[in-house]
Amino acid sequence: MKEFRITAGFLPLLDSLLLVIAREKGLAIAQGIDLALVRETSWANIRDRVAVGHFDVAHMLGPMPIAANLGLWPIAVPVVAPMALGLGGNAVTVSVKLWQGMLDAGVPAGIEPGPAGAALRKVVAESGRRLRFGVVHPHSGHNYELRYWLASSGTVPGRDVDIVILPPPLMADALLNGTIDGYCVGEPWNSAGVANGAGRIVTVKQKIWAGSPDKVLGASETWADHNPEALAALLRALYAASLWCADPANHAEAAAILGGPAYLDCPSDLLQRGLSGRLELIRGEVARVPGFYEPHAQSATFPWTTHALWFYSQMVRWGDIAHTPDNARRALASYRPDLYRASVAAAGAALPVSDAKVLGPDVFFDAVVFDPVQLDNYISAQSVC
Amino acid sequence: MVPRLRRREFAAAGLSGIFAAMHRHDLSILIIDENRLRAAIIEDGLREAGHDRVTVINATDEVARKITEVAPDVIVIDLENPDRDRLEHFFTLSRVLQKPVAMFVDRSDAAAIGAAIEAGVSAYVVDGLRKERVKSILDMAVLRFNAYAKLQRELEEARTALEERKLIDRAKAILMKQRQLSEADAYALLRKAAMNQNRRIADIAQSLITAAGLLEP
Repeated sequence: MKEFRITAGFLPLLDSLLLVIAREKGLAIAQGIDLALVRETSWANIRDRVAVGHFDVAHMLGPMPIAANLGLWPIAVPVVAPMALGLGGNAVTVSVKLWQGMLDAGVPAGIEPGPAGAALRKVVAESGRRLRFGVVHPHSGHNYELRYWLASSGTVPGRDVDIVILPPPLMADALLNGTIDGYCVGEPWNSAGVANGAGRIVTVKQKIWAGSPDKVLGASETWADHNPEALAALLRALYAASLWCADPANHAEAAAILGGPAYLDCPSDLLQRGLSGRLELIRGEVARVPGFYEPHAQSATFPWTTHALWFYSQMVRWGDIAHTPDNARRALASYRPDLYRASVAAAGAALPVSDAKVLGPDVFFDAVVFDPVQLDNYISAQSVC
Repeated sequence: MVPRLRRREFAAAGLSGIFAAMHRHDLSILIIDENRLRAAIIEDGLREAGHDRVTVINATDEVARKITEVAPDVIVIDLENPDRDRLEHFFTLSRVLQKPVAMFVDRSDAAAIGAAIEAGVSAYVVDGLRKERVKSILDMAVLRFNAYAKLQRELEEARTALEERKLIDRAKAILMKQRQLSEADAYALLRKAAMNQNRRIADIAQSLITAAGLLEP
């Protein structure tokens, strides 16, 4: 078997899991890969180190490769996303004080985005000041999902509430000291906010946009072009990791490995919550959220071009980029199901028939349909108010 | 002929030097680094090179307030700063900067970007600045970042060496007491064990101290 050495950058988040497990459970070695993992402190560092070739591949926010290919990076480098790193994994957490306000506004128990959004709208309308919500990066699923949920609930980001950028490890503290009123971030940072008594999880990504990806594997196009065998071997190793992680019997071990000092360096109990979908919503209230983070089922690692186009539609909506046929084409081409199919089929994976799909009325919480063929209509119909 | 050519060269260098100095002096440079020592080292370097408008911010929270008065042309940030995503977003939104910022001046200058990122430094430049006006600043920042990293390494090595010497001294004392050896013989025994086991003397000393601790009543 050939020997490959691959260096991957990651941020300490739950969904770096597949990379960590591929290395720690010997699944990378089994594909002939010596996989080096490097922990980073910001998405900007991930971007820069991929751009200059320090990292061959990296854990990236789903919209990051699209932003790169649309020229939104301050450093020019084409990036491909040949694989998604699972579905879900994000939630929206609000301060205990804001949660109290939402209770007064009649929010029911649970985490349904519709009623939660309606209650939040009432609080926002009656609040004497503008509420502030944190997200980790402008070009992130967190930012676009939070905005989508707020806007569909009648709260317009930028007009009614502010959205600010904060690094994940500072979110819980910022919520506790009142710098922000809520945030949308990946695990374990929602559970961390609950554990320190700062907040309540009000809804989750999978309820706002069912079956949606958050992070992808990103690689510079140059590296991917020059190392097709190494990339294919890595995709097979990550696919094997997704299978291993899907078995609930492995969750405790997965949480222990991921919580180790080289990775997230946090209590495994906190990671178990996201892995098992048994979330503590607020201190003392535990809820089961099936599929909160899905590493494998529902083609969880397949890089649907439809997902790239939906992220693009939101980048247009919030003014990151102008909609042109060429930009839409670049966004779609950022996700590379062809690379996924060519490599993962050899691992015996069941593959979707098509690279695209219609996101029907049961996908988004507001029942609005996203048909990639109708992109122009979807974009012109969406409001920014 | 030869002396005249030299004079002409001198004259040319002098003139471009004056122009360079004129350009250098009017650039406003902002350094954002939570590491005060490293920030001071970079600031010193820039001032020595003739840059008078250098501002240092050690806490990210101050950036929003200070950026108006500083109106920087060049911003230098360390890559360890976990707040880099927030700062970058802030730069792109800030009206104070007026023009959008780019990382480095010339997107094609891959080698310079690579060297900077290797050193752990990143720079943002107000769009439209010419490359030669900023290059010396970036070079200086990279140089000083590397110098600081080397200093840290040396300090770390010195600290390790000191700790290892203490370990060896304790191990020697244990051997001298338990085996009634002279100090020189105790050291010779440690060294011989290290050579035989292909390990470092400090590691042998550590094992010996641990074992002695276990055997104590």
